[in-house]
Amino acid sequence: MPSATLLGQALISGVLAGGMYGLLALGLSLSWGLLRLVNLSHFALAFLAAYLTYELGTTYHVAPWWSAMVVVPAMFLIGLAQHWLFDRFKVNELASLLITFSFAVVLEVGIQLYWTADYRRFETHYSALSIKVGAFYIPVLELVLCLVAGVLAWGTWLWLRRTYVGKALRAAAEDAEIAAAYGIDHRKLAYLLSGMGAAYAGVAGTFIALIATLAPAQIWAWLGVVFAVVIIGRLGNPLGALLAGMLIGASESLAMAVFAPAWAPVVSFSVLIVILLWDPEWL
Amino acid sequence: MAVSVTRDVPKGIAVAAVLALAFLPAARLPAFYESFLYLIFFWVSLSTSWALLSGFAGYFSLGHAAFFGVGVYTTAALTTKFEVPFLATVPMGAAMAALLAAGIGAVVFRLRRLRGELFALLTLAVTFVIATIVLNTPIDGGAGVFMSAVPLPELMSTQTATIYILGFAMCVLTVVTAWWVAHARLGMGLFAIHDDEDVAEAKGVPTFRYKIAAFALSAAIAGAVGSIHAMYVGFVTVAGTFELTVPLYVVLMSVLGGSRHWAGPAVGATVITALLYAFISGGEAILGRAIVGLILIVAILWLPDGIIPSAIAWLKKRRPAPVAVAPAAEIVPVAPARPVALSERTLVEIKGVTKRFGGLQALNGVDLTVREGEILGLVGPNGSGKTTLINVISGFYPLTSGTISVDGAEVGRAPAHQIARRGVARTYQIPRPFTNMTVLENVSLCATFGGPPRSRAEIRDEALHWIGFTGLSGKEDVLPAGLNLHERKFLELARALAARPKLLLLDEVLSGLNPHEVDNAIQLVRAIRAQGATIVFVEHLMRAVVELSDRVAVLNEGKLFALGAPREVMRDPRVVSIYLGKSYAA
Repeated sequence: MPSATLLGQALISGVLAGGMYGLLALGLSLSWGLLRLVNLSHFALAFLAAYLTYELGTTYHVAPWWSAMVVVPAMFLIGLAQHWLFDRFKVNELASLLITFSFAVVLEVGIQLYWTADYRRFETHYSALSIKVGAFYIPVLELVLCLVAGVLAWGTWLWLRRTYVGKALRAAAEDAEIAAAYGIDHRKLAYLLSGMGAAYAGVAGTFIALIATLAPAQIWAWLGVVFAVVIIGRLGNPLGALLAGMLIGASESLAMAVFAPAWAPVVSFSVLIVILLWDPEWL
Repeated sequence: MAVSVTRDVPKGIAVAAVLALAFLPAARLPAFYESFLYLIFFWVSLSTSWALLSGFAGYFSLGHAAFFGVGVYTTAALTTKFEVPFLATVPMGAAMAALLAAGIGAVVFRLRRLRGELFALLTLAVTFVIATIVLNTPIDGGAGVFMSAVPLPELMSTQTATIYILGFAMCVLTVVTAWWVAHARLGMGLFAIHDDEDVAEAKGVPTFRYKIAAFALSAAIAGAVGSIHAMYVGFVTVAGTFELTVPLYVVLMSVLGGSRHWAGPAVGATVITALLYAFISGGEAILGRAIVGLILIVAILWLPDGIIPSAIAWLKKRRPAPVAVAPAAEIVPVAPARPVALSERTLVEIKGVTKRFGGLQALNGVDLTVREGEILGLVGPNGSGKTTLINVISGFYPLTSGTISVDGAEVGRAPAHQIARRGVARTYQIPRPFTNMTVLENVSLCATFGGPPRSRAEIRDEALHWIGFTGLSGKEDVLPAGLNLHERKFLELARALAARPKLLLLDEVLSGLNPHEVDNAIQLVRAIRAQGATIVFVEHLMRAVVELSDRVAVLNEGKLFALGAPREVMRDPRVVSIYLGKSYAA
């Protein structure tokens, strides 16, 4: 059994790493839960944003927070364009999964053709910064990521709960026809939500550029665990997505410390299977 | 026997193609061709096997890599660690995969309201768990398994030819299996599950067993394909085996070709594999992936049903069917006048039946007997439990307490399909036909699963008889979407009657019909009784209740409130008061 310090450090790193799961899960959870569209290209969009941030940062020396001002709105527009396709063809859940998978493959190829399949790393002077609290180290970038993810999740949650637009969206998700009969223009709202989902992928991409090593095939690396997070956090619930992300991050990290690193994937999927069998209405 | 161009020519081409491919190694082509064709066989087998459950019954699995991977690693482990001969490991790979699928199915198919995405994600999650277990145990251990030392049986002159012929045999076996399932009882049941699982169960399809059977069969084929593929790749790794692209390609190929048709996945797999290969050999492997991706987007948007079903629909449109000779008969056979002698035998005995939904007591201790041959009207205000009673008798809801026996056999806790086979048939208030089946197929299915075992021809005759009986002649090949409400209600009746029920439960067959159609329906119900069925019907239309019923049972707040001859019961002040309020009862 590892020491208490090691376990504590594993827990902190896990929760912070889980912030990334949560941030990626946020956009997916919104479009799946409220629009009934499963967007596999979410990951490809995040990586496209990451590569753009990398490109702007390394070639033009633009700081990532300035890049984000361009990249995030660009992702928003891509989200709108994607939704136009879904709306035009009245795509259902399953078809959306297949189409966005194909779209992700196309984006992956595009990234590979432009940036090659080599590993890319965006080095900054703050990438290795960390704060020492007692016996534990807290990496600054991950902490900022968690704060941003927290603000976005909390803000989105309040927006869905408290504002007219948010309530209209939730009503349209439950029954679009009835909502339309009460004067809710759910199609316009759906565009807004799709754009937001893609913009969140842009935010995630900014942090991916700073934290992770980039390679086109990495697009698929987080797919499984983030989907598990989306479901565990309950579809369409932004706060749930973030909390589930941190929960899974922490349990993976603990599993790595206690057993072996390679056992980590079992954790999230076992949690998922148990939850779904225990309560099939969870989804 | 005359040679039919549409039937025999494709058959001839198919036989010739199979023979040519089987003897291809004799031509001693460069190994490149054999290995390219092997890949096509590989994807055809995988996608066709996937469609057995996911295409036919509509439960999309994203876990096909798990079953395939179990086959790969069964062979890898048994041949390298235990020196089992390779060919002997193929059935073992199939068996292990089938066992895994049956295990997953036994758990998840028990969930009521298992949503499609839930199934897709559960199977995907299982894939990741199995991959991790294989990676961390001595089965693989993370280093991968070399298969090069494993002796390959000398079926053919070269190694590639041997693998080619194994892959080819597997492919033929898979497609033949898919054809057989599609034309057998199993496939009929799976198609019905695809359209409306609750109705399929109520019509006598053992849905739980069928889903598990299809899942196990689908996994077994994937497992066997995996076993052979282990020898093809030579070096087996977890990352390469449990790849996410396996389930996604399988789904895309099947959907592109048409996953509800036995030949659809084979077509889709051939097209995509050939395209990918063309780009790889042209040195544009990466670009090829993107182009395949774009083609799929276009195909899914414009051909949502897939290539084969779209082609069939197009051919049908080009050659319109001959105009139906017999106009739809509106008048049903004349029924003998009442009264039919009622027997004193009890057909249905309901004792102390209660049904609770959470805090809501829908049925609260109902006792009721139905005599053989009678028409019993079931009335009561909204929410009094009429439809719930129909639902518990037909087994849609399990009882909370009490007993129900039909013809002496206790059915209160039996699954709905067994109750259907004991001679209980029902209709739905809002018609629920199988939307992708024609009128004839809808009725034939109910005759097949509800009625006594008969030959195909007899079932067809029976179905045609009831279609004519309900005045739907001429509409045999129409899909339910092409019927109006009146006709759909009569299709409900035809489906129920084709099962030759002892007890017929009718749930508001008259609601939504105009007065003329109501007259028609009343005549029809009489005619049905004249055939010897016992009828329990829920109805709000008092004219019909009084005209048709031998006895009327009034339900109120989940309890039997009154029972007796129609006119007396409907005049009872207590009955009037529950319908119209106390002031009218005086």
